[in-house]
Amino acid sequence: MKVLIPKSKPSKGAVGKTGLWRTSKPVVHHDKCIKCVICWAFCPETTIIRFSDNSVDIDYEYCKGCGVCANECPVKAIEMVDD
Amino acid sequence: MIKEGDMVSIIEKKEGISNVKVVTANEAVALAVKCSRVDVVGAYPITPQTSIMEYLAKYVETENLPIEIVRVESEHSAMAVAMGAAAVGARAFTATSSQGLLYMAEMVYWVGGSRLPVVLAIASRAMGAPWIIGNEHTDVLLPREWGWMVLFPEDNQEVFDTIIQAYKLADSTLIPVVVGLDGFLLSHTTMPISIPEQSLIDSFIPKNTPKPYALDTANPFTHGNAVHSNVYLEFRYDIFRTIQEAEDLVDEIDREWEKITGRSYGGVIQEYLLDDADVAIIVMGASSGDAKQAAKNVREKYGIRAGVIRLRSIRPFPFKRLTKLANNLKAIGVVDRNISPGVAGMIATEVKFALYDLEKRPIVQSYIGGLGGKDIKVSDFENIFVELSQMVEGKVTPERAKWIGLDLSLVEQYFEEV
Repeated sequence: MKVLIPKSKPSKGAVGKTGLWRTSKPVVHHDKCIKCVICWAFCPETTIIRFSDNSVDIDYEYCKGCGVCANECPVKAIEMVDD
Repeated sequence: MIKEGDMVSIIEKKEGISNVKVVTANEAVALAVKCSRVDVVGAYPITPQTSIMEYLAKYVETENLPIEIVRVESEHSAMAVAMGAAAVGARAFTATSSQGLLYMAEMVYWVGGSRLPVVLAIASRAMGAPWIIGNEHTDVLLPREWGWMVLFPEDNQEVFDTIIQAYKLADSTLIPVVVGLDGFLLSHTTMPISIPEQSLIDSFIPKNTPKPYALDTANPFTHGNAVHSNVYLEFRYDIFRTIQEAEDLVDEIDREWEKITGRSYGGVIQEYLLDDADVAIIVMGASSGDAKQAAKNVREKYGIRAGVIRLRSIRPFPFKRLTKLANNLKAIGVVDRNISPGVAGMIATEVKFALYDLEKRPIVQSYIGGLGGKDIKVSDFENIFVELSQMVEGKVTPERAKWIGLDLSLVEQYFEEV
């Protein structure tokens, strides 16, 4: 008897471009950013791009616009704007 | 006065079996779980299942067994524990009844969809409202639509054996398995059971087999991740296909079990006096014994050629065996200790579905009875056999559903017209 198991391997955007879900988007004000990477640690969707110098940016293809990053940023360097 | 030890040796001598214990079906489940070398148990109490967990806790405590019993705050979590354990390749078990199953339902469905080989024992019990603890099979039958297989043994020995067979079935198909047992009629009734050598059980359901479904951090994947609408149907298709194909496997497992223990229950169906039968009753669980007695009685008393089809496997549904048996029958009464309100008994509807395509199909009559623990007597089964033969003669007209022991005066008493 043939036995199959459902397996989902981790891959980027396994269920599509979730950025389409967004109603507002986070914008990083680099002049205010202190490179603490708290936003990177807190993002539930791993859509904060972290560069080698710890500066950050947003992957808008997958960011759902939840606003957790803006909420967690200790220096208000991330602003949520209408998308 | 005869002590338990004396009783055991009398039974061993009389029945020619060894290593006998005199136990309730709940203890038989607990013993089978122990003998199946289960790793993790999600434990939450509900009548009439509770003592399964109590016995397991006792064994773990007194025999220092390597079973992790996780006491949780709800049935939902009990199944979540079993799912988590199974997902990493551990052998997992939990048990529930009635309202507990309803609360557990979301996780039961999740385990079915994730294809994890969990075994769930359900000590059957009717569901509220009105509040009740009496026996009924509706709860056990619900998971047949939830991606699980459903087996239903008749007595305590078969309960013990079926739990072990359920692990074989689950491990071989990656479909989880429900083992139903009649609440109170079995769960709280003491009978002798024979326990096979542990080494035989170990070779029947080995644990060191490859587990390609087990989560592995070195090779990460997930169970039950989100999918799009284009592929969910295919997930259901594969569950459908596997359960359908498992019909022969249940028979095979029964034969294999017979080889090592000498005990066979007929696989998906246990046949009783069917060789020359004109009329038959389809029934599951503990009441089957009364149905068999009734078949014997009406043969002697009235010369009715009566037989019993005891349904052991509800999923996989025994299409092949049932259609073959039905070819030789003129009328079948399906006695359902469960109900699909406004339709009929749940098994009766499935039996009709299974037999519709037969060229010469028998009369199929649904009988609903025993709900909430109401008694179904041997005489009730006898009356059904008589009525079925009257249907064959055209003296009685079949109806969508007939009721066993329905007392309309109680309707007057407990209801008020508004």
